[in-house]
Amino acid sequence: MAKSVIELKKIARKIRVLIIKMLTEAGSGHPGGSLSIADIITALYFEIMNHDPKNPKWPQRDRFILSKGHCVPAQYAALALCGYFDEELLMTLRKFNSPLQGHPDMTRTTGLEISSGSLGQGLSVGCGMAIAGKYDQKDYRVYVAMGDGEIQEGQVWEAAMSAAHYKLDNLCAFIDYNKLQIDGKVEDIMNVSPLQSKWTAFGWNVLEIDGNNMEEILNACYKAKNTKDNPTVIIAHTTKGKGVSFMEGVVGFHGVAPTKEECEKALKELQEEVI
Amino acid sequence: MSSLVIGMAKNKFLLNKIEQDFAPYKKILTTLGKSNPRIVVLGADLGNSTEIDEFKNRFPERFFNIGTAEANEINIAVGLAIEGEIPFVHSFGVFITRRVYEQICIQVAMQNINVKLVGTIPGLTSRLGPTHQAIDDLALMRTLPNMTVIDPADATEISQAIPLIAEHQGPVYIRMMRREVPKIFDSKKYQFQIGKAVQIQEGKDIAIITSGIMLNQALTATLKLEKKGIFPTLLHISTIKPIDKPAILKLAKKVKTIITIENHLITGSLGSTIAEIIAEKGFDITLVRMGLQNEFATPGTPDYLFKKYKLTDDNIVDKVISALKKLNNDKLKIKN
Ligand SMILES: Cc1ncc(C[n+]2csc(CCOP(=O)(O)OP(=O)(O)O)c2C)c(N)n1
Ligand SMILES: [Mg+2]
Repeated sequence: MAKSVIELKKIARKIRVLIIKMLTEAGSGHPGGSLSIADIITALYFEIMNHDPKNPKWPQRDRFILSKGHCVPAQYAALALCGYFDEELLMTLRKFNSPLQGHPDMTRTTGLEISSGSLGQGLSVGCGMAIAGKYDQKDYRVYVAMGDGEIQEGQVWEAAMSAAHYKLDNLCAFIDYNKLQIDGKVEDIMNVSPLQSKWTAFGWNVLEIDGNNMEEILNACYKAKNTKDNPTVIIAHTTKGKGVSFMEGVVGFHGVAPTKEECEKALKELQEEVI
Repeated sequence: MSSLVIGMAKNKFLLNKIEQDFAPYKKILTTLGKSNPRIVVLGADLGNSTEIDEFKNRFPERFFNIGTAEANEINIAVGLAIEGEIPFVHSFGVFITRRVYEQICIQVAMQNINVKLVGTIPGLTSRLGPTHQAIDDLALMRTLPNMTVIDPADATEISQAIPLIAEHQGPVYIRMMRREVPKIFDSKKYQFQIGKAVQIQEGKDIAIITSGIMLNQALTATLKLEKKGIFPTLLHISTIKPIDKPAILKLAKKVKTIITIENHLITGSLGSTIAEIIAEKGFDITLVRMGLQNEFATPGTPDYLFKKYKLTDDNIVDKVISALKKLNNDKLKIKN
């Protein structure tokens, strides 16, 4: 059932609220990249992907791989809101024995397709799943989200080559192009641009969007679905820390949780946001 | 980490009390940079986390942040080393070993290239879960011919080891602790040497052998044992490879049980090396290996993990006592 864009935006806001609450409760974690990817994750789980929270291993489900695993709080929030597990569980993030650890662990958490946390490996696994889908004649799609710092890993480009080689039009990659990594600006650390021409040269269908704009995300996903023969990469220009003014574009919020006061300030801002 | 009084001033190498030193690696790397223009530093988007940011600010012309690209980082270091620079290459212990194993094997170890690998947050000290826990790094590096492997105990060993590693011709892997690092050895009296073990206490029947930060727990354990009138030998080995064979053989002649303690899987590093040595020489010794058994660890804080995997001082005390009881056919009476 299609949701309105307004509804989706409200869900994205809810996910942001949960991210802030979870990280504050845990006292550690990665707010910046979790907030920047929140809209994409919302679009996928609440509109684009075929999946069934009551049947997480449904063979026909679309697959989502969060290759930049440190941002998994955004995915946990989406999984909880979809009903994969209780929302209350979110507040156990990073606690001893909680299924929700700082990096995704498929052996612990319902709804995760792979474990990650070591960057640069998700797109290859996504290729494998997409190849299997073709081979088994299942029509599920595979979505992979990567960071812009993450794509400095050479393996990403090996995977990019494979996806085009095997004509994996059932594969769609997102680059959360928030322009920041741990040590600073991506362009200062190890420049990854121009992305458009790189991915085009690797044989991909390339779309470039505002990755914090729900309409643009949805449109890009529909275009990707309708693309035959080539895999699609969506270069999603985003803001790290999106939605919380004092986190936006601030490199220091890559891997530091908000304090109690910062949490309150952030929640207030998110609640007052006009949708 | 406990700041318990060691009370072992009778051992001339140790401080009276465990102190804390903030970021010893950061300091020594910068000092080394000042005295040796051949030192170059490579990072992989973990500048602060691997404590190389001060070097970067002081010597920007010899600092290279390669980004999230560890394989590229290793092989760029190889190129630099072939041209005569002395590269110190950084990431977390997992990424600088596991992830780039073949690059290290073929381009660094096989050619005996002068590259220094520094792996931060060793073993169970990582709070970031199993993808970030280097529990096999020492084993991976030890198995490579030409590689020197060091697992320092404290800030003194770190500060003393780094200049020696820079002088040493050939590849080295060192585990690195960051931020608050315990200081156990008295830097005025102790001198770390590559390949040399240090005996901390001479006892009988039972020997404890530690590597890395496990020395800390072993020291508090020996204190607790002392109160019970039990004095095991305590040998600390921070160079896993080349290991100090003479020191181990000397000890093996005198004891009946050896307990190894490591912040690592029990396979492939300290415990395994000791097993190989005593077996090859035919010693009739019981070996007890404390460390992560055949399993990946769960996520958690260091305190939680060291308890969960039975690597606390009390666990060491228990192991020593049960080994003693075994030696005495359970007839031993022990003070409480
Ligand atoms: C192989 C590997 N190397 C290094 C790290 C440490 N690390 C975690 S996040 C990160 C930066 C990632 O930046 P980016 O992909 O841009 O993530 P985002 O901005 O979306 O948070 C690094 C280097 C890692 N997790 N894996
Ligand atoms: Mg980024």
